[in-house]
Amino acid sequence: MKKENTNKNISKKVTNKKNIVSLVLIIAVYILLAVLVENKILNRQFRSMIVPIGANIMLAVSLNLVTGFLGELSLGHAGFMAIGAFTGAVFTLNSNLPGLLEFILAILIGGIVAGLFGFLIGVPVLRLKGDYLAIVTLGFGEIIRSIINSINFPSGLDPEGVRIMRKGTMGLTGIEIYSNYTWIYIATVITIIVIVNIVNSRFGRIMCSIRDNDIASESIGINVSKYKVITFVIAAFFAGVAGVIYAHNFAIMMPTEFDYNRSINILVFVVLGGMGSIRGSIIAAILLTVLPEFLRETSQYRMLIYSILLIGMMIFNNSDLKHKLIKKKA
Amino acid sequence: MALLEVKNLGVSFGGLRAVDEVDFHIEEGQLYGLIGPNGAGKTTIFNLLTGVYQPTEGTISINGENIIGKKTSDINLVGLGRTFQNIRLFHNMTVLDNIKTALDNQYKYSLLTSILKTPKYFAIEEEMDREAIKYLEVFGLADQADILASNLSYGPQRKLEIARALATKPKLLLLDEPAAGMNPNETVELMNTIKLVRDRFKITILLIEHDMKLVSGICEEIFVLNFGRELAKGIPSEVLKNQAVITAYLGE
Repeated sequence: MKKENTNKNISKKVTNKKNIVSLVLIIAVYILLAVLVENKILNRQFRSMIVPIGANIMLAVSLNLVTGFLGELSLGHAGFMAIGAFTGAVFTLNSNLPGLLEFILAILIGGIVAGLFGFLIGVPVLRLKGDYLAIVTLGFGEIIRSIINSINFPSGLDPEGVRIMRKGTMGLTGIEIYSNYTWIYIATVITIIVIVNIVNSRFGRIMCSIRDNDIASESIGINVSKYKVITFVIAAFFAGVAGVIYAHNFAIMMPTEFDYNRSINILVFVVLGGMGSIRGSIIAAILLTVLPEFLRETSQYRMLIYSILLIGMMIFNNSDLKHKLIKKKA
Repeated sequence: MALLEVKNLGVSFGGLRAVDEVDFHIEEGQLYGLIGPNGAGKTTIFNLLTGVYQPTEGTISINGENIIGKKTSDINLVGLGRTFQNIRLFHNMTVLDNIKTALDNQYKYSLLTSILKTPKYFAIEEEMDREAIKYLEVFGLADQADILASNLSYGPQRKLEIARALATKPKLLLLDEPAAGMNPNETVELMNTIKLVRDRFKITILLIEHDMKLVSGICEEIFVLNFGRELAKGIPSEVLKNQAVITAYLGE
């Protein structure tokens, strides 16, 4: 992890203050996380949430690229996550490579396959705008899940060496648990760095220009549909990566985990965190993943309280009070 | 060969004949005016030239190259830049980024370069900054480079839009009512800027305007459009004496 980032900074040539601060912060958070987990200061319940939190951050940040920066509402993000999860899990179930290599390959393959589907779906779908695009992506997310339901997946060999085929509806079992806090941390940090760098490049500029005014973007020579598809593919890739990591956290994985509820949840992270704010997406993803667990004690009122808190947070986010508080700080 | 050659241009929207039998050509370096009363079809002609609408008949060519059927973005690459009647800026981006977006086709780098932030990324971005500032300086916007475009007041927004179109290095610049909503002083200032732009960037300008006096002041040739058809064309002093033009503007 440490090495990864130092390399990045050297290649940047500009070791400015901001980058060094970020680097120190990244390492500090990791050490804190390691201490909390290794010394069992976090209880089991919270330790088990580290992987979902990381996956949700990756999903929120990548969806923010489409929704916050490109300005297109996509409700099918869980579909790409599902593609990544199943591709990655089928790969690790059937390959005999050593653990680490196998997991890294699975992450790449899961991401690439999800990106490929992002391309196939993006080309026809991104001609639509606004509500229409939202509905169609919602439909595609569900289609992906239905297709997974009806496929037979090869899932490893039985003791006699015969390949087992499992029905998609039954889910996949016996998945190797590779995702630990170190892996999820590395993957999440890389995802954030990559997406922040894209946002700060000419690609980010083009995305924002399309969001602000697509007709004007066309008039200055920007091929709007091409860049929409590129954005969609990048987002799908990272959703796929998040899926692979999420899949290797539990031994059993069911397609029902990737329904539209999850897509909506990811969108909630993005909207609550603020459209076009990467930091906001990260905070919202952490907060809204942990919150339902805290509310577990309230048993049957859990979702009711969760919803009320959500509404409260949304109102606060848009209130004068928040702006005043920010001003006071600054 | 004329820079822009429009022949027998026509478009119908359902039963409405919006533009009919329009013929004109613009020579390199000219400042050409397109005028006409409200609803005459001026903006429709702009949209036909930039590929937003497809003409029902006729041809449009730039330096002899046919542009009909091309996408708007490709037409820009052929050498046509434009502004809009209702300002279309990238409101939530900084003034500088508005220009840098327009420079994109001249300074491309790959996605991998962006992700890894290689030295090439920094070099190109710096060069883009310098180039963008040059355009802003021409319009006196350089000291506002870092504010959001939406925070500019009306006049500077119009100027930024022209600067953005210029940054794509067009051969022909289409300005759609650049003086709309400006007071007389601002208008005079803008017209001087337009002349300056033409001379400094050595480009050709096609201008839509409402105000006949204004257009006749700076344009070398004008085309008067009424109900989608040609009413008169030629040098301003002659066109303005034309009885049909006077009738169209002032009534019988």
